[in-house]
Amino acid sequence: SITGACRAIQKLTRVRVVDNSALGNTPYHRPPKCIHVYNKTGVGKVGDTILLAIKGEKKKALIVGHKMPGPTMTPRFDSNNVVLIEDNGNPIGTRIKTPIPYILRRREGEFSKVLAIARNFV
Amino acid sequence: MGVKGATLFPPALEGTPGSSTYRLPSLPPATLGFSNCAVQLENTGGVCVNYFIFAGCFSFSGSRIDSDGKPAKFQPPPKPVIIDKQKQREERRFLSPEFIPPRGRTDPLKFYIERKDMIQRRKVFNIPEFYVGSVLAVTTADPYASEKSNRFVGICIQRGGKGLGATFVLRNVIEDQGVEICYELYSPRIQAIEVLKLEKRLDDNLMYLRDALPEYSTFDMNMKPVSRLDSEEIPVNKLQVRMKPKPWSKRWERPKYNIKGIKFELPEKKMKEAQKWSQPWLEFDMLREYDTSKIEEKIWKEVSEALQK
Repeated sequence: SITGACRAIQKLTRVRVVDNSALGNTPYHRPPKCIHVYNKTGVGKVGDTILLAIKGEKKKALIVGHKMPGPTMTPRFDSNNVVLIEDNGNPIGTRIKTPIPYILRRREGEFSKVLAIARNFV
Repeated sequence: MGVKGATLFPPALEGTPGSSTYRLPSLPPATLGFSNCAVQLENTGGVCVNYFIFAGCFSFSGSRIDSDGKPAKFQPPPKPVIIDKQKQREERRFLSPEFIPPRGRTDPLKFYIERKDMIQRRKVFNIPEFYVGSVLAVTTADPYASEKSNRFVGICIQRGGKGLGATFVLRNVIEDQGVEICYELYSPRIQAIEVLKLEKRLDDNLMYLRDALPEYSTFDMNMKPVSRLDSEEIPVNKLQVRMKPKPWSKRWERPKYNIKGIKFELPEKKMKEAQKWSQPWLEFDMLREYDTSKIEEKIWKEVSEALQK
């Protein structure tokens, strides 16, 4: 809540884990932070994988929404949302309550399991 | 309307001949033997005249005597005022803000061609009248959505852009997550725009709802449209919104945003400090003036004629 300038996700952004995994929901004295973006540019948008530092461990995650306005007709969320993921793409949690943008459906092959556990779509 | 052809007594003093609105000259209360029931101000053609409406049966005093003691002249009972709803509807015209061209040195031909395209789109697809603060439901065509269409309900917080690139932003809070979507009014992907609640707010830009408590931005996805009469004026919702604790995304208390719709619970010292950034000379700056009344008249005529064809 201090820096407001870059609203897409890059190194050292604090993110909000959105699924119901134990790792994402147990309280810790430091918020989960991004430490690497798997992208040519270091800026992550919806659908990109990032490396997260949570509770002293490194975990991969998928970006499902960010505060930066994207192309028109796409939703813009009030927080940077992220879903924890394994190396092979399987989600760790079992349910996602927050709304997910429909654009993720374009890469149905990679994210089919994440989309399967999502409840609401925007 | 069965008033046409009837003789008005006393004859219509102001307004066009045969007008269905009728006004009484104000009568001194001393000559009348009954109390005035209600006062109403009516405005037609820019002339405001007070007149009295008398409800129901009124008792005439048998002996009508002036204050001088002479017998008072017979005053005929006034006819009831008929408000012409048709005329009111015609007088209340709404021109969408994206039709008004911005101030600049571009050739008016460019705006004329754009307007032709906008009118063409409006003939095929109905874009209803709405303001910032009204609740809309938009269905868009989405190749990745189930049933290929996607419905979103939200409050309009901003209307931007001119011409074919006009946009509006809808905001809603779903499952404690604030979502905003910026739609293009003239995009062919939009399948339907429905106004669920037509109303105005105290400000032109409701971006402060991002820092307000989430209850002010939550709207049910299956909200039913609020019915309203055609001839009523657009209601202005004078809601004062309560904010989350500071820090906010923008310093909304500063006079440059000129926000009237927030209930600031800040200490007096902070409000006074915010006034340091006020620029009182801005409203008198003549180079910033942009009078759009004549342009609006011309464009309104053009658009309404084209749409009626």
